[in-house]
Amino acid sequence: MSALLEVRDLYLEFKTSRGRLKALNGITFDIQPGEVFGLVGETGCGKTVTGLSILRLLPRSASITSGQVLLEGIDLLGLSRSQIESLRGSKIAMIFQDPSTSLNPVFSIGSQIERVVRQHMQVSHQDAREKVRSVLAAVGLPDVDRILGSYPHQLSGGMQQRVMIAMALSCSPRLLIADEPTTSLDVTIQAQILKLIRDLQKKFDVSVILITHNLGVIAQTCDRLAVLYGGRVAESGSTRDIFNQPQHPYTRGLMSAIPHPGTRGRKMATIPGTVPSNPGAMTGCTFAPRCELVMARCKLEAPPLYLLGEKHSSACFLAEPKP
Amino acid sequence: MTTTNPLLQVRSLTKHFRLPGGWLSGGARYVYAVDEVDLEIATGEVLGLVGESGCGKTTLGRMVLRLIEPTAGKVVFDGQDLTTLKREEMRQMRQQMQVVFQNPLSSLSPRFKVEQIVAEPLVTHHVLPKKEIRGRVLELLEQVGLGRQHLDRFPHEMSGGQCQRVAVARALSVNPKLLVLDEPTSALDVSVQAQIINLLEDLKKAHSLTYLFISHDLNIVQQISDRIGVMYLGKLVELGPSETLFNQPLHPYTKALFGAIPLPVVDRSHPLTILEGNVPSPVNPPSGCRFHTRCPLAQEICTQTQPELREVIPGRFVACHFVEPY
Repeated sequence: MSALLEVRDLYLEFKTSRGRLKALNGITFDIQPGEVFGLVGETGCGKTVTGLSILRLLPRSASITSGQVLLEGIDLLGLSRSQIESLRGSKIAMIFQDPSTSLNPVFSIGSQIERVVRQHMQVSHQDAREKVRSVLAAVGLPDVDRILGSYPHQLSGGMQQRVMIAMALSCSPRLLIADEPTTSLDVTIQAQILKLIRDLQKKFDVSVILITHNLGVIAQTCDRLAVLYGGRVAESGSTRDIFNQPQHPYTRGLMSAIPHPGTRGRKMATIPGTVPSNPGAMTGCTFAPRCELVMARCKLEAPPLYLLGEKHSSACFLAEPKP
Repeated sequence: MTTTNPLLQVRSLTKHFRLPGGWLSGGARYVYAVDEVDLEIATGEVLGLVGESGCGKTTLGRMVLRLIEPTAGKVVFDGQDLTTLKREEMRQMRQQMQVVFQNPLSSLSPRFKVEQIVAEPLVTHHVLPKKEIRGRVLELLEQVGLGRQHLDRFPHEMSGGQCQRVAVARALSVNPKLLVLDEPTSALDVSVQAQIINLLEDLKKAHSLTYLFISHDLNIVQQISDRIGVMYLGKLVELGPSETLFNQPLHPYTKALFGAIPLPVVDRSHPLTILEGNVPSPVNPPSGCRFHTRCPLAQEICTQTQPELREVIPGRFVACHFVEPY
């Protein structure tokens, strides 16, 4: 099966008052049709910027210095402004962390979604309304007629996020990018939204990129994932492989730093230090200063992604095949 | 609910916030934030308080310190009823009880350097002569894993984890007995979160502290707490020892809450528990048991009678009409 989306060796930097900040330093991954793919990492690892790069929604201070983003073989980075605009919403849609700031407070829910529908599809007002009704029902909102005329502030956070998902799916995109979609929600509502995303992924036959810092969310929702650190992929593979046999020292560190009933009363494993603020300026592996297994070589050159199994790879010299 | 040697006792503590608007909108309306909560924390104990947004856990924590004045009820700290204290007496009392908030960047003054931030309680409470303050600040910074090089930094020059260490140092500066920790790790990355949890556990042992640990993150609460209290819409619905409560939750809400935590384990045979619906508004809480609108076990009685918190098995308190004793 050929990939729906391929991100190849993506480099991106921000211009700041203190010089160039190299945020992405060679990100590579691919999304297959009909899968939920997780991008996980801590603050500053580049997960959100990667999502924004795909849709070219980057702030002005950011520039992609090299790499490719291929959607069904077409490089999105080479498209004109109007071409990319027509893709946004119709082929690729995105939802964000805080639904209350993503919805326009002065328009009713119905008119906001309808506008998206009519932007991308040549349909009458009546057909557009019908489409809006059907997507609102599909995301499990009760009393669709009332919701249509409601304003965002009249809905709870969980309902707002359902509305965002409905809007994103209204034009049947091939890819949905969900950036921390449940982070601002309570845990019982989070469980509802995660189940909804999985259900709709099948129903609408859409691929999903789920961006989150929460490994638990990834384990429950994703088919495959990439762990990002310092603007690079540290490890990627199937959810099962990575959670059952994490290879990269960073992935292992992250997993053991999550408290669970087994760690009660014991000292928790930690990763010393903090994430690098400008990973692109470092030579060698960006995780080397915090790594317990660091070797002399790690400080001199950056390890490439070594293939471990069929689809599991780790960017660590420890994963290098023995000659 | 008697604990031997309680440091803090909370009795029928209640807070109703009055909403803006009055006779024009048809009478005063209230947010029933915390409703008749009873709690005790023993000296040296860590009591975790969990619940979703709007359950009243933060309001409860602030009422313990009287940063919010209770509508009714008592807070007894070390044998003294705090609700009867005058302003100045309460100010003195806060030497014994300090607080650490969720977002260190907003709880630390952006115009103060670390040295001033940590020294401030020492100065306001006149604990030490001026010339000894710097030495004490350095000692505190070392205890939280920072050093001399951080004295002249501003909060924005440090990472979130470092800022939270400063907030902990500030809280410890006056040698308090009780620390109220309100979501102290929620703004931090996973790897840093574990560092702060370890730090809090070390400090508790070193200074024989007592913690009221408030968080929405159940994994973290069970890691650090001796006992856990679960709140729903202003009510304490379950209270018990951390381990048994986590392994064998009794209240249907606690079960649903724990079942909804996405664990970092690949096991699709145990899907997340889905609790339908939303938390009702605390302005107009449901009659009877406040959880009955979402409860899978709800019966007629639940809509009418509010269940009392009762001891179901020794040490385990549950507010539910239909809790099955094991």
